[in-house]
Amino acid sequence: MNKWSDNRAWWLVLPVVLIVAFSAVIPLMTVVNYAFQDTFGNNEFYWAGIEWFQEVLRSDRFHGALGRQFLFSFIILSIEIPLGIAIALAMPKKGLWVPFCLILMALPLLIPWNVVGTIWQIFGRIDIGLLGATLDGLGIEYNYTQNALDAWVTLIVMDVWHWTSLVVLLCYAGLQSIPDAYYQAARIDGASKWATFRFIQLPKMNRVLLIAVLLRFMDSFMIYTEPFVVTGGGPGNATTFLSIDLVQMAIGQFDLGPAAAMSLVYFLIILLFSWVFFTVMSYLDRAES
Amino acid sequence: MAKIELNGLAHSYMPHIQEPQDFALKELNHVWEDGGAYALLGPSGCGKTTLLNIISGLLKPTHGEILFDGEAVTNKATEDRNIAQVFQFPVVYDTMTVYDNLAFPLRNRGVGASEIDGRVREIAELLEMSDTLKHKASGLTADAKQKISLGRGLVRADVSAILFDEPLTVIDPHLKWQLRSQLKHLHKRFNYTMVYVTHDQTEALTFADKVVVMYDGAVVQMGTPEELFERPKHTFVGYFIGSPGMNVVPCHIDGKQAMVAGHAFAMEQGLSNIPAGASLEVGIRPEFLSLTREGTGPTVSIQKVEDLGRFKVASVRLEDHEFKVMVNEEDEVPADGARLVVDPTHVNLYANSHLVEEA
Repeated sequence: MNKWSDNRAWWLVLPVVLIVAFSAVIPLMTVVNYAFQDTFGNNEFYWAGIEWFQEVLRSDRFHGALGRQFLFSFIILSIEIPLGIAIALAMPKKGLWVPFCLILMALPLLIPWNVVGTIWQIFGRIDIGLLGATLDGLGIEYNYTQNALDAWVTLIVMDVWHWTSLVVLLCYAGLQSIPDAYYQAARIDGASKWATFRFIQLPKMNRVLLIAVLLRFMDSFMIYTEPFVVTGGGPGNATTFLSIDLVQMAIGQFDLGPAAAMSLVYFLIILLFSWVFFTVMSYLDRAES
Repeated sequence: MAKIELNGLAHSYMPHIQEPQDFALKELNHVWEDGGAYALLGPSGCGKTTLLNIISGLLKPTHGEILFDGEAVTNKATEDRNIAQVFQFPVVYDTMTVYDNLAFPLRNRGVGASEIDGRVREIAELLEMSDTLKHKASGLTADAKQKISLGRGLVRADVSAILFDEPLTVIDPHLKWQLRSQLKHLHKRFNYTMVYVTHDQTEALTFADKVVVMYDGAVVQMGTPEELFERPKHTFVGYFIGSPGMNVVPCHIDGKQAMVAGHAFAMEQGLSNIPAGASLEVGIRPEFLSLTREGTGPTVSIQKVEDLGRFKVASVRLEDHEFKVMVNEEDEVPADGARLVVDPTHVNLYANSHLVEEA
């Protein structure tokens, strides 16, 4: 068949281009504009070049927030992924308990983020919170508003509480898709529980795990609402992650230029890491098949 | 290798059993000899796989017990029964190489590395997979994957029995034949006890010394291919084995003859032991019927003749009953005035679908 081309077909994508431009490209361009310009009010702007980028990339404040951000994402990934797999493995495969477990797992995911933050903010208080008061009653010193470590622990436990379910549900779906014959063959072959996990379950889950790692990395890297509600970035700036820092700079201090530059850097970091994750994991996936 | 005894074995998938029909596998007692090749033959849903899974321990029977060489294994887990099983669809460990796949059952049982190497290479040689040993198992074709599954079943030298659950379903026809002969060859060489589930009669008859025909959860006959062919114990066996299947038509008995639609069929067996009040049928294989213009046989009308190459199958009508008659390639089918000739030594009598045997 001959290739038949009619460039008028491009008009068909016009609506999408317009919608995307209106909702994403143009707003992003204003951020790009701010990032390269300076203003002293009156809606007058001056070209600033890459000055803001230099400032952001050299500032200790940005380095600190970025470091905390990586540490946070690393910790929650290294807890939520293994824990999620373990819970998915422990869940019943069939029977009356399946819907019960699934609903239980889905619950934390359905709670609005600021509500999650509020729940934990109150839960952890020493005066009226169940957790805080209990720990205090047991004689354990715990105060997330004053102790940086306590604040971190609180945020990490909260994130694990909120998001492990997502990993569980994805892994569970992956596990459910394994035909019974595989488990039967493993029993015939005398495989141990570990060997069954290592050679049947894990390989069959690796696609959903890729999605789980990507989603949890991106989400945790952009976390804002919950730490903002619980600690507000404190004590000091101990839990000031990138997005909290960004909002403080943009809206609190109204430093539009540096904030815009930081937004772009932030965006590129997430893009870069997601791309690296995806490439590495899909490479591993392909190497296996 | 082991002798397998099934004592009063029955299984139901339902938690509350109310009637006999609730049993997917009805009570059966059998002894399968050490080193025998058995085929479980029957249509889908007749309980073949259920029986196989009970033997391997993947299912626990509702009633009865299983003995391997006289030792009760009913309550033993699959992994402690020392049994190999190959499934209908290939199961390979995707992340492993072909070599590791074949070595897996041995490694799990703590066999020494040099012995593993010897066994794996031997089996790979038999399956003609020696040059793919280093490949990842996941990239292979369905054929090759199923060969790996077979190989994992065969690699253990000391198994009590090897069970095959329609293992050649996904294999190309020409390879099917080849693999089946390889299995037969292996059976002769190592004297494995083999149980082979299939719904394909050719496969069962060529593979097994003894064929176990199952129908609706029960074993209706166990016997050599010849026995199944000549003396089917149940009309189902008659229909199911042979191509075309046995002609089964209602009759009544008059002295030493079976009467079909007013015509007498001479018989030589089964007349002395007819249960009273049973509904009777005669069963005659198409191979033991012939057509001729002479003689005294009943006149039949020819409905159609199918030419199948080495022979022809004529469908003929006698009153309301249709018979299939096998005619040799070189023989003529009389167009009209054909008479049906019956070989009396091969006429079987059935009472309520079960063969009437001499007392």
